[in-house]
This record gives sequence, structure tokens and C-alpha cells, in this order.
Amino acid sequence: MSPQLYLSSSPHVHSGETTPKVMRAVLYSLVPACCVAVYFFGMSALSVLLIATLGCLATEVVCQRLMGHPVTIADGSAAITGVLLALNLPPTSPWWLTLLGAVIAIAIGKQVYGGLGANPFNPALVARVVLLISFPVQMTTWSAPAPLGSGLDLVTTATPLGEWKNAVMLTGEMPAAMQGSMVGYFLGNMPGCIGEVSALALLLGAAYLLYRRILTWHIPATYVGTVILLSGAFWLINPARYPNPVFHLVTGGLVLGAFYMATDMVTTPVSTRGMLLFGVGCGLLTVLIRLFGGYPEGVSFAILLMNAATPLIDRYTKPRTFGTLRQGGGV
Amino acid sequence: MKLRTFKGGIHPPDNKQWTAHKAIEDCPLPEELVVPLSQHIGAPAVACVEVGQHVAKGQEVGSAKGFVSVPVHASTSGEVVAIENRPHPVGTSLPAVVIKPDGEDSWSSNLQFTDPGSLTSDEVIEKVRQAGVVGMGGAAFPAHVKMSPPPEKPIRTLLFNGVECEPYLTSDHRMMLEESERVLQGVSLLQYVYGAERVVIGIEANKPDAIALLKKQCADAPVEILPLEVKYPQGAEKQLIAAVTGREVPSGGLPMDVGVAVHNVSTAAAVTDAVMLGRPLIERVCTVTGPAIKEPKNLRVRIGMPLSHLVEICGGLIGEPGKIILGGPMMGFTQVGFDVPVVRGTSGLLLLHEEDVTKNPEGPCIRCARCVQACPMNLLPTTIAAYARRNLVAETEEYCAMDCIECGSCSYVCPASIPLVQSIRHGKAAVLAKKRKALL
Repeated sequence: MSPQLYLSSSPHVHSGETTPKVMRAVLYSLVPACCVAVYFFGMSALSVLLIATLGCLATEVVCQRLMGHPVTIADGSAAITGVLLALNLPPTSPWWLTLLGAVIAIAIGKQVYGGLGANPFNPALVARVVLLISFPVQMTTWSAPAPLGSGLDLVTTATPLGEWKNAVMLTGEMPAAMQGSMVGYFLGNMPGCIGEVSALALLLGAAYLLYRRILTWHIPATYVGTVILLSGAFWLINPARYPNPVFHLVTGGLVLGAFYMATDMVTTPVSTRGMLLFGVGCGLLTVLIRLFGGYPEGVSFAILLMNAATPLIDRYTKPRTFGTLRQGGGV
Repeated sequence: MKLRTFKGGIHPPDNKQWTAHKAIEDCPLPEELVVPLSQHIGAPAVACVEVGQHVAKGQEVGSAKGFVSVPVHASTSGEVVAIENRPHPVGTSLPAVVIKPDGEDSWSSNLQFTDPGSLTSDEVIEKVRQAGVVGMGGAAFPAHVKMSPPPEKPIRTLLFNGVECEPYLTSDHRMMLEESERVLQGVSLLQYVYGAERVVIGIEANKPDAIALLKKQCADAPVEILPLEVKYPQGAEKQLIAAVTGREVPSGGLPMDVGVAVHNVSTAAAVTDAVMLGRPLIERVCTVTGPAIKEPKNLRVRIGMPLSHLVEICGGLIGEPGKIILGGPMMGFTQVGFDVPVVRGTSGLLLLHEEDVTKNPEGPCIRCARCVQACPMNLLPTTIAAYARRNLVAETEEYCAMDCIECGSCSYVCPASIPLVQSIRHGKAAVLAKKRKALL
């Protein structure tokens, strides 16, 4: 018999889907958002993107070398962390801050737990929150977009959510007039993190991921749905104080969070009910933090808190095994 | 119209185009037939002939031992040249009766035509048992045992499995097309035995010719021909029952617990031969296919024909085979060589080249939950596999490993190429071992 005869347990065919393919698809899906960011924020956004991505790749190589593990940057996961981290930073982020974020994301957010698949928290968000708490000035210095070719310089200003929070803290009411329009926010013409700006570009990428079945609707739909319902309830109670749900949707990091950060497979539940619960939890926490917390934006904290709850959610949302009446088996 | 189906499952390329249009061909006799004494679930048969003895085609060469057992028969007339251990598809050597054909291929004179109308249902069951009829979908469970449910479990729905959801295989498809009368005769015989209220033949919608033909032939018969969504594992017993009746076989239970009995369409044809002609199960249709075979065919093969003979009849190999699979690519068993014989459960012989064999390196689980969505039993394959690999037996059991039907959908979709179903099998074995220990 020929020496290359394979013996194995069934199945003997495979879908052909691999982790690097999945990761590459996620990277492709982020291209529109990155392009829009560079359009609105120019070279500063581009340099943040490059520093974050290269920083993450380099940190992964260093960590894996130090631990004597095979280097796996080719799987694309570190690159995704880098791009997502950049999208979660202000376009004016200084190079050292971006690089520090990259090191934190990969070293502390991922490799200390054992690398890909083992981290409980979304590495990019770990880095963002560490930076936000440690360097509040640099992390909350926002600039108004200066589209390429407009000749404008980046001018420091507040995000729409920050604008609202300041007004409410001072007067207890909505600001009389916001600087931008809802349509402008949706397209990305607002100050904010690099990736927060264009809901449209993010949704385009998400549509591709949904089509490729890398993303399922469960978490984004429940997350966004919960935000709409809860923020809508507050708005109906007191429209003078609370902004309407559309404002919540198109500003801040909700779309980025709901479609890219809260859907990180590693740090979210595996069962359908678990994912639904995760999305609802993220939505509740986001609205509560936005409306009543100290920070104007609550998406990062909401997702990290729900990441922490993921093992518990997994434990209590075991699917109902076929042929049993109760979840997790037993007739 | 939305076709009935089950929850979960996958859509592998069906690759049936190699043989789906090819009529069944009779495979000529080889030099030697190796008839294993164990070809079914249950106790192996015991040899009842001697070396040097002449046997007729259809003569019993191994007697059943116990209720869950069936006799085995000579697949042709000839001389018994050996009774010894021979390579068996399960991967080890097992006792077999080796017959050198005399070329006459003459039937035993004891076999007679019977008018089924004159038989009681117990007599039908006895004839099925004597003929050694087992489930021909692959599991090879003795049919007479299935046909004898306890009185407190009446069978309301009699279901025939013409799904053939395994990629590449077309033997049941061709049976339904070319032997539909034998199949339908068996259907009515089994209906007579069970006295079921509803009789359904479930067929995946990718076999429209078989659906149309059977619908035409059953126009006046109380038999429903039900097209089902094309999805693997639609033909798994529990998933087929769920698709047709909407009921779930309880965990650890049997189809009769929900008033259903399921037989393969090819088994129905074997029941016809057994009851009406007294002919035992000595042949079956086997799809010989795959990129490494010159002329893929649907062959009518005798039990005991070596795989090497089938390969020869199909024009030989194209290059060196990388994998020899008995059955389909999702649940079939790899073989170390071509010297094992065809047995009653051999629905196909699939030959792949080395480049067709997926050899992706295993990576860490990224918790993408594809396996969870694919699992037709609604389990958490990645969790069970992780526990099983750490030998955490209690957790393996707690996460319902024993409910796994080992269809392989989880491994098929896993982007990290984790051998999930293989790990779960190990876990199940560990759970069983623990239970056995607890009983001692």
C-alpha cells in the first residue's frame, strides 16, 4: 500500500473555512470604515491605523517568541485587534499612546491568557479602557472632521454625546442646538473615535460579514434594539432632557460596538440564547452609562462588563438538547 | 413551498453527479468471497458449515446467536475453503467463512416463493430474521428486532428513509428508481407487520426523478412520498423523524418511544426478497465513487466481495489513493487496504486522492459557534470536546455527550479544524466506561 494512505476518524471532508479566512474577511469588512476615517481625519487617522496594527503584530511576535510559542501573526487576529484598536482611538492620539495601546491589547489583553481563543475580554477594548482611564486628556481630546481637500485643520471640539452630557450636567436639559445633523452623524461627519464616525461605512462592512455568515444577527440586533427601546422610553418620558433613539444610534461607538466589538467570537457566548442575552445586556449597560454615568460614552464599558459575564451566560444558556424538555438535558 | 427539515445541519457539496445517473450494474463474481460472521449490531453469528463443504447460494453458513443477531448466508454456490479471521471493515480481523465460487451460482433448493397474503405478521418477521435482513443504511441493526416492538409501544408512523444525505452515495437513489416495485412491496409488507396508520417515504428534494416515480406508483396506495430539504444529516433517524412528524425521539430513547419505526428503502427491498422469495440478504447496491476511481459505478455486489474486486470492475484506480472510505465522506470508515470485504452495511466505497484529504493544522477554538449552529442535536460540540479532551468525564456527560449522533457536522464546519466529533467519541467512550465501572 502506498505510504501516503490516510486513516482518520470521520468526517473525511471539510467546509474549507479556516480561521485565517475568517479573520481576513473581518479585515476586508473594515476597509470602508478605515477609508471614511482617513477621508474625514486625514493622515493623522492613517498613522494611528498603521501604528496600532503594526504595534499589535510586533507585540504578538515578541510575546510568542518570549514564551517559545510558534508565531501565529499570519492568522490575522492580531491585525484585527490593531485595526479595531485604532478605530477606538481619537484621530489625534499621539504615536506613543497608540503604540502603548497596541502593547496593552496584545500583551495584557490576549497573550497572558494564552493567545487566540483564550482571552476573556476583547483585547482592543481592554487597551482602550486602560488608556481612557490612564490618559483621560489625550483620550478625550476630539477634533471636528476636516475632510481631505477641504483645507481645514483638525480643530478641538466635543463629540455629540459629550456635547449632550455637558449641557445636561450644567443645565439638566438637552443643548438648544447640536453642532451637527443626524444625517451628517450617520455619514461620519462628527467628532469621535476614528471608527465611530461613519455608521454607514461600518454597516456596509457588517453587511458583508453577515453575507459571509461570519456575523450573525443575534448580538447586533439585540444590542441595537435594546438601545432603541430603552433610550426611546427615556426620551418619551422627558424629551427635554434625553436625546431620541436615532441620536443614540448614529453617534458614539454604538454601531462599531454592536457590529464589531460585541461580536468578537472569542469573548461572547456560543449559544443562540446566550448571544441574545449578551446583546440585551450590552444595550442596557450602554444606555445607562450614557444617560447616568460619568462618561459620555458607555459602549466599551458595557461590552467589557458583558465579556466578564460570558462564562456565566454560557453556563446558564445551554441549549435544550434534542429530545429533552429542559435546557442542558434531562427529560 | 418550504420543505420539511430539522434544525441545524450543514450543506456539503453532494458530489452525487458521478453516479446518480448510472444504472445499477451486476458485479461479476470474484475468485473468492469472504463472508464475515459479524455484519450487524449484536452477537456475531456462529459458523455452521465446515471447511471443504459445498454450499449453495443462499445457504446459511453462520447461525444467529441470541435475539439481537442474524444468520449469515453464502452469497454464491461453491466450496468453503476456510473459516478463519480475515480483515473486516471495522479495522481488525474477525471470523469469516471463505467461499471459492463454483461458477454455477445456483440457489439453495430450500428457498421458496411464498404468497405474503398467507402469512401472519409473526411469520413475516421470522422470514426476515432467517434471511438475515439488517438496516442497510449503514448501521446494520437487525430488522426483525425493530419489527418486534413491545405491545405498549405501538407504531403509528412507519417511515422509510430514502434521504441518502451522505455526499457521493447514490445506491438508495438508484434502488428507488430501478427497483421501486421491490421497495414498495417491502413497504406494504412492513406496513402489514406494524399496522401503522401513516406510511411515509422521505426523500431529499435532490432526487426529483425518484420522488416523481414513487409518487406515480403510490398514487392509489396509502403511502405518502415526502420531499425533504436537502441538508445533512437529513437521513439521520432522529432528524428524519423530527422533519416528518415534528416529534423528537427522547434522549436515550428509541423511535418507537414516539410511535415511529424507520427503515431504509433498500432494507424494504431486502424484506420483499426475504418474505416473497425466501431469499436471504446476500447482495446489495454499493456506490463505488470518488476522484481516484476510473469509472464510478453503482454496483450490485455480493456480500463478501473484496474491495479490490470492486475497484477492478470499476476500471481500476487513477493514481494512488490517499484515503479509502467505506460509506460516505461524513460518517464512513477509512480502511487500511482493499482486502476487506463488502458487508451488509456497505453503502459505498469512496476513493480520494491525497490532495482531496483535508489536512489543515488544528488551531485554537475561536468560539465562533459554527459547530453550535450546525449541531442537529442542539449540543455545544466545542464545549463537550474541550471537556472530553481534558478527560473531565462528569462534565462531558453533563453537556449531553451521549446524545451526540456523531454525524460530523461540527468537525465539517470548524474553521480551526478541531476534530470535534472525534473528541466527543472519546468522551462518550469515557462516559460509558465510567457507567460500566459504577455498575460493577
